[in-house]
Amino acid sequence: MDNAGLKEKVLQIVPGAEIIEDKQYLTVTVAPNKLHTLAEKLKEDAETLFDYLFCLTGMDWTDSLGVVYHLTSTKYNHYIVLKVKTTNRTAPVLDSVCDIWKTAEFHEREVYDFFGIDFKNHPDMRRIFLDDSWEGYPLRKDYVDEVNIIER
Amino acid sequence: MITEENINVGIKEEEFILNMGPQHPSTHGVLRLVCSIKGEIVKNIEPHCGYIHRGIEKMTEKLTYPQIVHLTDRLDYLSALINNEAYCLCVEKALEIEVSDRIKYIRTIMSELTRIASHQLWWCSFGMDLGGLTCFFYGLRDREKILDIFEETCGSRLIISYNTPGGLMADIHPNFQKKVKEFIKYFRKTLPEYDQLLTGNVIMQERCKGVGYISKEDAISYGVTGPSGRGSCFSCDVRKKEPYSAYKFVNFNEVLRCEGDTFARYMVRMDEMRESMNIIEQLIDNIPEGPYAEKMKGVIKLPEGEYYQRVEAARGEFGVYIVSKGEKNPYRVKFRSPNFSNLSALNTMAKNQKIADLIAIGGSLDYVIPDIDR
Repeated sequence: MDNAGLKEKVLQIVPGAEIIEDKQYLTVTVAPNKLHTLAEKLKEDAETLFDYLFCLTGMDWTDSLGVVYHLTSTKYNHYIVLKVKTTNRTAPVLDSVCDIWKTAEFHEREVYDFFGIDFKNHPDMRRIFLDDSWEGYPLRKDYVDEVNIIER
Repeated sequence: MITEENINVGIKEEEFILNMGPQHPSTHGVLRLVCSIKGEIVKNIEPHCGYIHRGIEKMTEKLTYPQIVHLTDRLDYLSALINNEAYCLCVEKALEIEVSDRIKYIRTIMSELTRIASHQLWWCSFGMDLGGLTCFFYGLRDREKILDIFEETCGSRLIISYNTPGGLMADIHPNFQKKVKEFIKYFRKTLPEYDQLLTGNVIMQERCKGVGYISKEDAISYGVTGPSGRGSCFSCDVRKKEPYSAYKFVNFNEVLRCEGDTFARYMVRMDEMRESMNIIEQLIDNIPEGPYAEKMKGVIKLPEGEYYQRVEAARGEFGVYIVSKGEKNPYRVKFRSPNFSNLSALNTMAKNQKIADLIAIGGSLDYVIPDIDR
């Protein structure tokens, strides 16, 4: 399916989603409460079949925290990028997609580890790389470590 | 008298936690696997990562674009040149620079040599994990020849940083083509030795066939790519799906096997070495003339936006995601490492298998820990 078709499909599922045709991929920004429905529909729909989540990235846009999902279909070879943002920096919560794509289980733990985003309905929400006693979330832009990060 | 009934009297069957690693020869680095076992049967595996996490993604935010190349080597050090290439392609895509055919050809040849060297080392350690120490000597003997070629042209052997945004660090050595052709001729003769030594071995086949099964659906869902994914019929070769560099100029087959077990993953890698040699043979005599590096500005600033580049590394799909705000440092860089996703499927593969088979399964996934930990 081409980008115009995908756009129409997304707007059918989530009316009012913010869609940008980026240089490379079609990028859709959705509200946190719509993400899981959209992701599930995009995977299940016989015309889209986004069955392969090839990259899940945690992001800190300074005013908001969020996740970027890069999706492709092994059958149709089309791409879509989903973005979800939350402005709550003290206790951000987003829906987990690991019931849709199992690879998200580890990647979401990584995002939790570095950005402190809690994923609802994740079976095992713990830090994956850092110690449990680690304070703060290192990949956030406002993370301060006076000993190891040298500001020039 | 010992009979069937009384042999287990007084022995309770319950789950037992066995800690494997972080210092264990078969984890090929500092990875810790906490295994719940019942008797000899694995019930659950929980990987503990992060022993050598260096925060490379955070470091990139303070570095300039040409400097980051040197960090990409240190992810999956066995496919260093492929990682370099991925990063450089991403930067070039952002700057809309089309490099000369000479650069594309050399990059592709180097990537395929890296793939062969990486699969050779995998074969060494896979054989050794299963108890065949001779494999280690055979594999390293041949890998040395590739490293010598790298050394002559690039100046180093393991973490090379030969690619740079806009081209290559240096032109190829005058001996390069001769040496590569000699190597291919030599390796075509010695690769059958690998089959004679290990592939046909009954003990090896018994330990691999039907062990560590993963279905195609699970492989896609877990994002298991590279030879491990292709052993489960998941057609995921980025070189075919989104040809980059010189892959559109060559004919080669995507190696696919559908058994989904350890032996299938083994055979995919063995066949891939042959395919890599085919690719190199098609390119090595036709390297076009041209500059080895395009002219670049002194300070590279990417235009504002988001850029993604996928390549096929030796262990699977490697991705670079750069978010730029138009400054000389990236705003955020994410490396999608194949090993991290492959590791997440280990529990599915090893469940209800014998604990000894876990070694074979881990060997067939071929994980490199710095790529998991980043």
